[in-house]
Amino acid sequence: MNTFELLGAGLLTAFQWGNLLYALIGVTLGTAVGVLPGIGPALTVALLLPVTYRLDPAGSLIMFAGIYYGGMYGGSTTSILLNTPGESASIVTALEGNKMARKGRGGPALATAAIGSFIAGLVATLGLAFIAPSVVKFALSFGPSEYFALMLLAFMTVSAAFGESTLRGLTALFIGLALGLIGIDQLTGQTRLAMNTPNLFDGISVTTLAVALFAIGETIAVVASRTAMDDRIQAVKGSVWMSREDWARSWKSWLRGTAIGFPIGAMPAGGADVASFLSYSAEKQFSKHPEEFGQGAIEGVAGPEAANNASAAGTLVPLLTLGLPTTATAAIMLAGFQQFGLQPGPLLFVTNAPLVWGLIASLLVANLMLLVLNLPLIGLWVRLLMIPRPWLYAGILIFATLGTIGASASTFVVFGIPTSFELGLLLLFGLLGYLLRRFGYPIAPVVVGLILGPMAERSLRQALQIGQGDPTVLVDSWISVTLIGLAIAAVVVPMILRARGKGKMLAAMAGDED
Amino acid sequence: MSLEAEQPVARRPDRAALLIALVLAVVGLAIGWSTLQAGGVAAYTPVGPKTVPFIVAACLIGLALWTAVEAWRGNFPEREEQQTAPILWVVGGLIVQMLTIKTIGFSLATGLLFAATAFAFNERRLWLTLPFGIVFSFAVWFIFARGLQLSLPAGWLERLV
Repeated sequence: MNTFELLGAGLLTAFQWGNLLYALIGVTLGTAVGVLPGIGPALTVALLLPVTYRLDPAGSLIMFAGIYYGGMYGGSTTSILLNTPGESASIVTALEGNKMARKGRGGPALATAAIGSFIAGLVATLGLAFIAPSVVKFALSFGPSEYFALMLLAFMTVSAAFGESTLRGLTALFIGLALGLIGIDQLTGQTRLAMNTPNLFDGISVTTLAVALFAIGETIAVVASRTAMDDRIQAVKGSVWMSREDWARSWKSWLRGTAIGFPIGAMPAGGADVASFLSYSAEKQFSKHPEEFGQGAIEGVAGPEAANNASAAGTLVPLLTLGLPTTATAAIMLAGFQQFGLQPGPLLFVTNAPLVWGLIASLLVANLMLLVLNLPLIGLWVRLLMIPRPWLYAGILIFATLGTIGASASTFVVFGIPTSFELGLLLLFGLLGYLLRRFGYPIAPVVVGLILGPMAERSLRQALQIGQGDPTVLVDSWISVTLIGLAIAAVVVPMILRARGKGKMLAAMAGDED
Repeated sequence: MSLEAEQPVARRPDRAALLIALVLAVVGLAIGWSTLQAGGVAAYTPVGPKTVPFIVAACLIGLALWTAVEAWRGNFPEREEQQTAPILWVVGGLIVQMLTIKTIGFSLATGLLFAATAFAFNERRLWLTLPFGIVFSFAVWFIFARGLQLSLPAGWLERLV
């Protein structure tokens, strides 16, 4: 079957009532968490992993992807109206969008963000559908050594390529890798680093770690800071509709943003925050009104918002075709696939074609739903921003503990009192998350290390077993050599840039999460 | 990520960062020691379950040394002053919840956490936040434990329904 037929069959799956409902729940939740500061799509998907354990795999995955897309839409609303990005990919939107809102042009800013996100989501999802089959064909020739090289590249781009410091990125990655070692070894059944605690034999749960780092760590960081608590919401004044001039100035930016965002997401080269930052710089270059930048230029909203949505779709290319997550959200979605016994990668397209194509087609449907949710219903989301901070964060902690206990109900006896072991881990990793933030360490590499670490180890050991212990087996194909070369470049090039004083740009492109 | 990450004022050596280096080194050594001690299947394969732990341990020790150098030079970013009391309220709420949840049930323990967190964020009206937290947690418990079959600890309150 060709791509059109597969996508058509996928659309039939997507239009089943159950799947439509999952998509709707996903995009609604996604928009909500995108709007609310302090929580993002990575945390939400992590929280839902235990909840969806018993639900339909296809539906749950559609819901996760809907959350990812929705988060990208919702984040722009907060950036524009509050000047605090709702999620990290919307940081640059806050630059121009909030200025527009202060001038009473909040409506058109929200509109160009939503329509741009829609167009980018549409084009990029179609791009995903048409690129995926060729990547799959290529990836079917990969052996363990190529996979190991690929994961090495992902580790380096996620941890060392962007951000303020190579050292802190790599340290965060190795904390994640060390946590991933805990528990029973998959290949030999030997227990490792479990400190004779049976509760640890199954390893550290993705949900617990992600929830602790993102929700607890963030809550403590916000409450401890003296400055994080004074924001003012800009009311949406005037018409939501864009004028003819707004349209004329926006459409090229949408397309440029899409063209920048999709490849960045698709290559293991960083997440949506990188894409939106690059798009912002590009718009500044191309604009006929460069003097408006910093004062509320509509191009500066249209481009980055299109770029972050396109890169979210792009991220799904390596995730679905290679099983390779390049962002924290994608890594947690990978854990979601694994919880249903599915391993994303080229074989999934062969063995589970209806599921994969149903998922891709659902993204097109979800994108349409998001346009409706984010334009006519924008007032509803603005109301979410009115929740006072104490109630919001206290509520976030309720859901954080809910997801954690849901992930594992194991009991641990302290001084004769039965306590929840998983909540103890939550607290421990929550404090770790706070300290990481305080000392400027990125969070995403820890999560990616935990999830991808054991997979990389398996590939490494399989490759070395095939080569009977000869390490040169890791570099005996040109694909592996290229990938390892790129991985080394991803560490070394940014270090040189930082040493030459260009580190500020890399720091600005780094994201905290998602 | 802050857009205005300026060159920090030279405060060297950065003691907190040196402590991080020490902790990383201790963790690296602990992983190496524990792997060395672990009895094991005599592996015929050249790479057994111990190979990667040793690599990770070695890299952590290497990163610890690198951190120590950076800390010595004062290369860590400037840190904002922190308020400790609110942190203690959030952490205390989590500890109380962890210790009590298996005994008094999800709703009461989580309600306490809710009130403690709100208190940390300067919402001091405990007579308002505590009942609200318990009712809200109970609603959450009902939806997820009854509706979605999630296993959540039940106390006397949950057994009423």
